Amino acid sequence: MRRVAVVGFAQAPSVRREELRNEVEMLMPVVAAALDSCGLQREDIGFTVSGSCDYLAGAPFSFVSALDAVGAWPPIQESHVEMDGAWALYEAWVRLQHGDVDTALVYSFGKSSPGNLQEILSLQLDPYCVAPLWPDAISLAALQARMLLEDGVSEADMAEVAARSRRDALENPNAQLVGDVTVDALLAAPYIVEPLRRHDCAPISDGAAAVVLAAEDRARAISKQPAWITGIDHRIEAQSLGARQITESPSTALAAEKAGAFDAPIDVAELHAPFSHQELILRRALRLDGAVRVNPSGGALCANPMMSAGLIRIGEAAARVMDGTARRALAHATSGPCLQQNLVCALEA
Amino acid sequence: MTTDADGTVTTITTPIALDYRYTAGEASSRFLRAVAEGRLVGQRCPRCGKVYIPPRGSCPTCAVPTRDDVELSDRGIITTFCVVNVPFVGHVIEMPYVAASILLDGADIAFQHLVQEVAATDVRVGMRVQAVWRPREEWGPTMENILHFRPTGEPDVPEDARSVPT
Repeated sequence: MRRVAVVGFAQAPSVRREELRNEVEMLMPVVAAALDSCGLQREDIGFTVSGSCDYLAGAPFSFVSALDAVGAWPPIQESHVEMDGAWALYEAWVRLQHGDVDTALVYSFGKSSPGNLQEILSLQLDPYCVAPLWPDAISLAALQARMLLEDGVSEADMAEVAARSRRDALENPNAQLVGDVTVDALLAAPYIVEPLRRHDCAPISDGAAAVVLAAEDRARAISKQPAWITGIDHRIEAQSLGARQITESPSTALAAEKAGAFDAPIDVAELHAPFSHQELILRRALRLDGAVRVNPSGGALCANPMMSAGLIRIGEAAARVMDGTARRALAHATSGPCLQQNLVCALEA
Repeated sequence: MTTDADGTVTTITTPIALDYRYTAGEASSRFLRAVAEGRLVGQRCPRCGKVYIPPRGSCPTCAVPTRDDVELSDRGIITTFCVVNVPFVGHVIEMPYVAASILLDGADIAFQHLVQEVAATDVRVGMRVQAVWRPREEWGPTMENILHFRPTGEPDVPEDARSVPT
């Protein structure tokens, strides 16, 4: 295997509604900032890959117009995944294994504000028996939370995740929801879909992110402290919710094992948990104990730009390695209802 | 839902509709506001100097933001065209009609519009055309303010004198 590292990262501040700029205008400064962060020009990039979802924009092939933000002339080697940018990063990592290019630009973008996100997310479900009922993502997550509560987790445990996330997000200029709130204050709020309260659910966000990867000597030349990807893997569970062990995350556990997450102690983990109880499920699947700092960025509960929130977890974890605050970090991304598909990436100084 | 002879379900219909509130973006908004006043405003790339209309806020070649507005005339040339003879569901224009790529004077990228007031067989690449606008009271923030383009009667622009859009 070629050694590949994260050498650059940038993200747009997450906002509830980006009224003025369209996707390309939102993305362009982020791509420029990611390249700037590692001193590269776009001509230095060997492979470009994006992650986005046309259902968010409500326009077919909207990812093609997004290429205006990176400059695709003279022709570039380019690809796209209709998934979170974390999976685009996975493709870039595979592409760099070919050995003929040494650098890759990964970007992702998504505005949830133009449409009704809950309706849009319904359409990723089984189209015959489930999607026609339009079950929304919060209701499905509430079913998962209810089963977890029956397993012995408490609503206070969930509120504690939200309170800690918002406190941590005070230090994150890109976060959308921040604040110093007590668990008691959170638990005093009404349910939105029982047993979930507003703080248990990620905000709806518009945003974008970009990561630069480089291989071997090129990474060492670009960065004083690259964040080496020592393992990356993704696994998916059955489409039918009834066929899944929904209070555990076997796909996360398997991806983590294949990515070597259990081979050595972890300092920091960035988990993509759009619901508070999902962080509790992921901690168990990833065997994270109290010694591991989880989501110093505030995580997806404080900023959840669709299609970017997973890539941002990799970028944030890599940033902790690059700035020396962590020697070994774990990043996780999820996709689909109730943690259906999961990606785990291990990063090291 | 349809079933076959023994009652097995063979197809189901599950209607799906999503509503969106589209954000035109900064550059397109400026373009559309100008069109509502009968003006065609593109943007120039600060690096390569190319003029894009309608502007999208970026130069797709240089990947830099475009900020300088450039007011263009409503005259230009046909760079390529297609004679449409096949009707489609909901078509409103009489057959045959000409859909053409129009390169406005001073622009570096063509856009599509209709060419009318000329027989389809007489339309040529290099032909000079100008916009025919709807009555002013019907103008809004849409390219439909221009009904179509029609020949100006000026001599064609020879191939070697055309700026080729890239």
